[in-house]
Amino acid sequence: MDDFKHCAYLDPILTRFENRSDYLVQILREAQDCFGYLHQDAIDYLATKLNLPRARVEGAASFYSFLHLQPPGRYRVLFSDNITDRMLGNQALMERFCRNLWVEPGKPAEDGLVSVDFTSCTGMCDQGPALLVNGHVLTRMSVERVDRISELIRGKVALTDWPHEYFVVADNIRRRDVLLGGDWQAGEPIRAALARGADGVLAEMKLSNLRGRGGAGFTTAVKWESARLAPCQGERAERYIVCNADEGEPGTFKDRVLLNSYADLLFDGMTVAGFAVGATKGLVYLRGEYRYLLPKLLANLERRRIDGLLGTTVCGQVGFDFDIEIHLGAGAYVCGEETALIESLEGKRGVPRVRPPFPVTRGYLGQPTVVNNVETLCKAATIALNGGAWFAGLGTKQSTGTKLISVSGDVEVPGIYEYPFGVSVDRVLNDCGAGNAQAVQISGASGVCLAVHEFGRRIAFEDVPTAGAFMVFGAHRDMFEVARNFSHFFAHESCGFCTPCRVGTALVAKLMDKVASGSGSQYDINEIVSLQRVMQAASHCGLGQAACNPVMDTLQKFRPAYERHLRALDFEPSFDLDESLATSRQLTGRDDSGAHFGQ
Amino acid sequence: MTTGTMLIDGVPVSFEYGQTIMEAAMAAKIFIPHLCHHPEFTPQGSCKLCTVKASGRYVSACTMSAKDGMEVENNTPDLNDKRRTLLQMLFVEGNHFCPSCEKSGNCMLQALAYELEMLSPRFEQFFPNRPVDASHPDFLLDFNRCILCELCVRASRDVDGKNVFALAGRGIHKHLIVNARSGQLADTDFSLQDRAAHVCPVGVILEKRKGFAVPIGQRQYDETPIGQQMDELAARSAKAEE
Amino acid sequence: MDAMDAVAVKPKVRVATTSLAGCFGCHMSFLDIDERLLELVELVEFDRSPLTDIKHCGPCDIGLIEGGVCNSENVHVLREFRKNCKVLIAIGACAINGGLPALRNSFDIGRCLQEVYLTGLNVENGQVPNDPELPLPLDQVHPIHEVVRIDYFIPGCPPSGDAIWKFLTDLLAGRTPRLGHPLLRFD
Repeated sequence: MDDFKHCAYLDPILTRFENRSDYLVQILREAQDCFGYLHQDAIDYLATKLNLPRARVEGAASFYSFLHLQPPGRYRVLFSDNITDRMLGNQALMERFCRNLWVEPGKPAEDGLVSVDFTSCTGMCDQGPALLVNGHVLTRMSVERVDRISELIRGKVALTDWPHEYFVVADNIRRRDVLLGGDWQAGEPIRAALARGADGVLAEMKLSNLRGRGGAGFTTAVKWESARLAPCQGERAERYIVCNADEGEPGTFKDRVLLNSYADLLFDGMTVAGFAVGATKGLVYLRGEYRYLLPKLLANLERRRIDGLLGTTVCGQVGFDFDIEIHLGAGAYVCGEETALIESLEGKRGVPRVRPPFPVTRGYLGQPTVVNNVETLCKAATIALNGGAWFAGLGTKQSTGTKLISVSGDVEVPGIYEYPFGVSVDRVLNDCGAGNAQAVQISGASGVCLAVHEFGRRIAFEDVPTAGAFMVFGAHRDMFEVARNFSHFFAHESCGFCTPCRVGTALVAKLMDKVASGSGSQYDINEIVSLQRVMQAASHCGLGQAACNPVMDTLQKFRPAYERHLRALDFEPSFDLDESLATSRQLTGRDDSGAHFGQ
Repeated sequence: MTTGTMLIDGVPVSFEYGQTIMEAAMAAKIFIPHLCHHPEFTPQGSCKLCTVKASGRYVSACTMSAKDGMEVENNTPDLNDKRRTLLQMLFVEGNHFCPSCEKSGNCMLQALAYELEMLSPRFEQFFPNRPVDASHPDFLLDFNRCILCELCVRASRDVDGKNVFALAGRGIHKHLIVNARSGQLADTDFSLQDRAAHVCPVGVILEKRKGFAVPIGQRQYDETPIGQQMDELAARSAKAEE
Repeated sequence: MDAMDAVAVKPKVRVATTSLAGCFGCHMSFLDIDERLLELVELVEFDRSPLTDIKHCGPCDIGLIEGGVCNSENVHVLREFRKNCKVLIAIGACAINGGLPALRNSFDIGRCLQEVYLTGLNVENGQVPNDPELPLPLDQVHPIHEVVRIDYFIPGCPPSGDAIWKFLTDLLAGRTPRLGHPLLRFD
C-alpha cells in the first residue's frame, strides 16, 4: 500500500466521478491526463477505490487505443490514416517527421520525448492530412508544418504555444438545406414539444418517418416509443437518451460540424427525446478524436442550465427534469455500435452485446435507452418544431427529410453538403467538383463502393443508404490500395470478441498485404472471398459482417486493380524467402550463391 | 411451463420458452458444435462454432432463443464448412501443437477438428509469442493454446467469486490475463477447488502432476467422437455440482 | 480391393517421398502399413525416396512430404517436389503446422546461432559454421503450405499406418480421401 501515497492525484478524479465504477473509462482517461499514461500504481489504486478486480481495470484500459499502460512519448503524435489522409500524402509526411526526430513508428523515442504512430480516421477528411498530438487535432499538414512541428517538439514547446492556426478545424459547409439553413433559437424546439405534449411529439415523429442517420436507418419513432413503453428496472429506475457522437466511420465528419455549430439543436433534440420517452438523463458519447470540442460543449450545457433549458423543470414544465452529460471515447471505432457504446458508457471494454435484448428495453445500466445519432437528434428537434408532415414532405417516401453528406477525396470542394434524400450521386459529384471520379465509397469503409456506371443511383434507404461518408476517388487512384487501407482499418478496430472477426480481419489484411507485395496469386484472392463468406455469416456484429465489403466491392468492380498486383501464376509464399535467410547470412558471413534463393 | 416446437434439420424438437436453440438441441441430444458454450454458464456467443441458420438467418445457437415453428439448419455442408474455417482460424491464431499438449484427447478444440474433418490449418500460422506461466504451485497456464472462450473468466467471476481471469487488449491482440499486478497466477488466490480450474476446454489451465494420468489414446475423445457424447456434454454442469 | 483392381491394369503410379524438417517418424509410420506394402508396390513405383536412394525427384504422380521448412535446402527440395509432382501431400504435424521444429519460432534465429556456437556454456573459440555446403536456417520454421501449394494433408504425429493406407488407397481409387474417426488424429 506504500505506492498508494503517490496516487493522491487520483482522488479528485474519483471524487468527481463519485467513485462509480461505471465511470471507469472516464476516470482512466482523466487519470492518464496527469502523466500521459496509466502507471501500474494507478491501476492498483483505481481497482481498490472502485472495488473492481485489478484485471478488469487493466482489461478496460488495454482495450482503447488512446489509453496507455506503458509510457508513450511526452508528445504523442498520431497521424490520421484514413485513405483520404493517404491520398493527401500522410505517409510521406510521417516518414519525414520520423526522420526529423529520429524516431520509429510505434516505438517511443529513447529519451521519451516523442512517439509516433498511425491512428484510424480522425474525421478531418476535408482538411487533412490530420494529426493528433496529445489528443489535440491538427489539420492540413504539409511539409512545412511537419518540419515546424518537429522543431517545436525538439524545443519542448508546450502545445498551448504552438501556432494557433494548426488547430483550426473548419466546418466547410458547402450546401445548406432545411437543417443547416434553419435559424432557430436554443430551446425553441423544446417549447414546441412541450406544447405538443409527449404523445403529440411521438405522433409527429411517426408522421415524419424519420429514420436513423447513423447508417442502420431504424425508424426513430419506433425506438422512442419502445423505450417509453419499456419498464424501468430496479432501484435507479430511469430512462436514458444516448447521443451517439462516436463518429468513427472513415470518411464521415458531419456530426463534428453539427457538434461544433449546431450543438443547441442537438441538445434540444435530446431534450425533446427525453420528454417524449420519459427520460431524465441524456448522455453524449463523444469520440476521443473530437475532444477539442469538449470545453465548448460543456460551456453550452452550462449556459443551457442557466437558461432553464436543462435541469429541473425544463422550460418551466413542472415534472420534466432532464440533464445531459458528456462521456469521451478513447479510441475505439467499435463503440459506434450502440451496445458496445453502452458497454463503454458503463466503463467496460467496448464489446457489442448479444441482442436481444435491445437497448430500448435494456440498455445503459439495464434501463430502457434510446441511442440516436447526432444528426438524427438534430432532425428530431426540427420535427418537434415544424411538425412531421413538414419533414415527410422532404426527400423520398421511405427516406424522408434531408441528409448531411461528408464529401472528401479527389474533389475541388470537400466539406458538408446537405441534400434532400434521393439526390443522385452524379449531382453530388457535380456540386463538389469531382472531375474524373472512377469510384465513390459511400457510407465509409463498411459501406458500398460505386463505380462510374452506378453514379446515377440515388442516396436513400431505397437505393444507396449512407451514414454520410462520400469519398471520391479519381481515375489515377489504385482502388486495390483503397480496399487494403480499409482492410487494415477493420483489423485494427475489431474488438476481438468473436472468432470470425478477430482472426478473419487479421487474415484478410495479411492477404491484402501479400497481394500488395507482389507475391499474391489468384489463390489468395479466392481465400479472401472464402473468408468473407464466413465473416459475413458468423460475425457477432456489423463490424465483422461488413469488414470485407470494400474488398468485395472493389474485387467486383475494379478487378484489374487487383490483377495488376498479381505477379505469380501459382501460389507463392507471403514472405520473402531470401530475406528470411538474412540473419543467418549475417552471422555466418556467407554471401555465396547457396546463401541466397535465386529467382 | 409453456413449450413450443421447432425443427432442427427437419427433426421436430420441443423446447420450453426461454430456452436457447442450443439448450433445446442438447436436451434433444442433437449435437451443435460449440467451444465457448457450457451448460453451467451464461451463454456469450463468441466462438461462433454453434452458428446455425434459423429461419434463413445465421445466428449463434447458444444465444438465440428458440421460437415456435422456427426452422433451424444445423448439420449442413455450408455450416460445417464455415465451422471448419472458424476452427482453422483458431488453430493458426494460437500455437496448437497437439503432440506436445497434455490435453490431447481431452481437448474440445481438437475433438471438434476431428468431428469436422479439419485436415490442415489452411491459413498462415501467426506463431504468436506467448510465454507460459508456471508460477503457481498447482497449475500451469499455457497461453499458447488459449481460444478466448472466457469460460475461466465466467467461472471465476460467476461461480468462484474471485475474478482471477480477465481479457485484455483488442482484436487479434486480445489475450487472457490474471488478476495480479505481476501478471503471475501464483500472485492470485486461484486454487484447485476453483470451478475455473476445471472448465478450460483446451490446454491452457493445466493441473500440475496430472497430465498423463490417463495415457494418450484412451482419453475422452479418443474413444468416441465428440458428436456422439451428448450426455457427457450436457452433464458438465451436473459434474460441477457434485 | 475391388477399387484397386480397376486401376491395376494401368501403368504404375509414380510416388516420391521426402523428409524436410521432420524426424522420419512419418516415413517409419508409412512402413507400418506392413504387408500391405506388397499390395502397394503392385500399384506404385517409387521415385526419390529414402526407400530408393534416388537423389532428385523426376516427374511423379504423387509426392509425400514429411517435415516443415526450416532451412534453404528444405525450400529447394520442396520446390523440386512441387515442380515434379502432380499431387503434393503434406504428411504429419511438422509439414502441416511446423510441428516441433516450429517451437523455435518464438526465438530469434540470430541469437540461437550465437548462443549455440559463440556464447553458450563450454564454447571455446567458437565460430558459426560457414561452409557453403551447409544449408542456412530460415528465421522462422514454416508449414510447407506456406511455401508451395499443397493438395492434400494427412495429419498426425505421426499419422498411423492405417491412416496413411486409407488415404493412399482412397486416392489411388479415385475417391477424395477421407480420414474419419479413429484414423484422424493430430497427436
